[in-house]
Amino acid sequence: MNFEGYRRKNGRIGTRNHVLIFPTVICASAVAQMIGQAVPETVSVTHPHGCGHLGEEKEHITRTMVGFCGHPNVAGVLLVGLGCELITPELIAGELAGTGQRFEIVSIQAEGGTADAVEKGKALAAKLLKEATSARREAFDISELILGTNCGGSDTLSGLTANPALGVAADMLVSARGTVLLSETPELIGAEQVLAGRAANDTVGKRIWEITSAMEALAKKAGVDIRGSEPSPGNIEGGLTTLEEKSLGAVLKGGTSTIRQVVGYAEKPSERGLVIMDSPAHDAVCNTGMIASGAQVIVFTTGRGTPLGAPIVPVIKVSSNNGVYQRMRDNIDINAGGILEGTESIKSVGERIFKEIIEVASGRATKAEMLGHGEFAIHSLGLSV
Amino acid sequence: MNYSALVLHKHDNVATAVRPLTDGDTINVEIGHGTISVVLLQSISFGHKFALKDILHGEEIIKYGETIGRATVDIRKGEHVHVHNVEGLRGRGDRP
Repeated sequence: MNFEGYRRKNGRIGTRNHVLIFPTVICASAVAQMIGQAVPETVSVTHPHGCGHLGEEKEHITRTMVGFCGHPNVAGVLLVGLGCELITPELIAGELAGTGQRFEIVSIQAEGGTADAVEKGKALAAKLLKEATSARREAFDISELILGTNCGGSDTLSGLTANPALGVAADMLVSARGTVLLSETPELIGAEQVLAGRAANDTVGKRIWEITSAMEALAKKAGVDIRGSEPSPGNIEGGLTTLEEKSLGAVLKGGTSTIRQVVGYAEKPSERGLVIMDSPAHDAVCNTGMIASGAQVIVFTTGRGTPLGAPIVPVIKVSSNNGVYQRMRDNIDINAGGILEGTESIKSVGERIFKEIIEVASGRATKAEMLGHGEFAIHSLGLSV
Repeated sequence: MNYSALVLHKHDNVATAVRPLTDGDTINVEIGHGTISVVLLQSISFGHKFALKDILHGEEIIKYGETIGRATVDIRKGEHVHVHNVEGLRGRGDRP
């Protein structure tokens, strides 16, 4: 089965053809935004990082930025820097150069201030846009797709409708030799035995237990018990009884296939099939990590209703019940609530999600894209001074 | 068909109410390829669980075909299954 995508020089396939304006440091965020506003066909992001990172944190943030800027949905990137920061445009560009990714650089100090940097940035952005227009969609096998899965604003029905339906779609993509990312490590706690039982080998099985243990250790170090609030009072009121029950509902969105690999935040999988990415459950942080890992489409399930999108990758939203779908129709692409009414099965909703993934990968805009949602947040290890 | 309650796996011993259910109601639940009839011993709120069969003290509660906890008392078929009669087995920082 095919989708229509953009072939990039590094061989990866994009589902969008964006020109990205990316500040490598917070000090360049305003200038990046000004360039983005002046050249509205581009996509720009802001973030609080780029300086003061210690050791592992620098590598962690840099890897995420490189993965994001070098994503196949980015036809060209304008890297905006200040000049005295830790993570410079040149540092990111050095990593991108080897991949064939098209980039340009503007630095505020070198240009002599905001006004001149914005002027130069506008010209470079326009140039990148002009080049991007030559890209054409071609047919590629869906095995080229990496699907990110995420859930947020979950309710008791997420584990009964939207998540298992997304799991059906995930299994279909894995059967077609595609790749699916299951993430949100805190929501694997209590379901490790199920996941490890499906691990391709002992190493993968051990890694699953390691990442959940590390997440718990983090909570202990902070002097809090992660499980003191899981399930939350609202979850319990809604009928969720134990942490195991909550996690077992959350992991259904990854489907039922063999887990081939566990990768770190923003790390690219080297295996096809179902892969776990170690990440916080924070919606935008998790999406950004999966995008930097190479996800070209994300499906996000919600029970309470979440408007979330992402700057360069389409996010398809699936509601778990009819009520939220009726209330937030402009945010939701697919409603899994019919499973409760008996008008649809988990399988049929899963097949609809799968069809939507292919169509969105081929260019159809999601609700979040139409509304202009582009939430962006990079995971920090907290090692900054 | 309008469901009253859902069971996700044939090994499950609890069902989840997908609308508010009333004490004394007879609920027919699809499980595997068959149907189980349960007379509710209590009203069950939307999203909450009830027992599909008698569950003994110490027996595991199965949902999604997996263990989600253990019964802390005997639970009768048709009874509400929740934090008052189930304990989690994972993440018990309160236990050695």
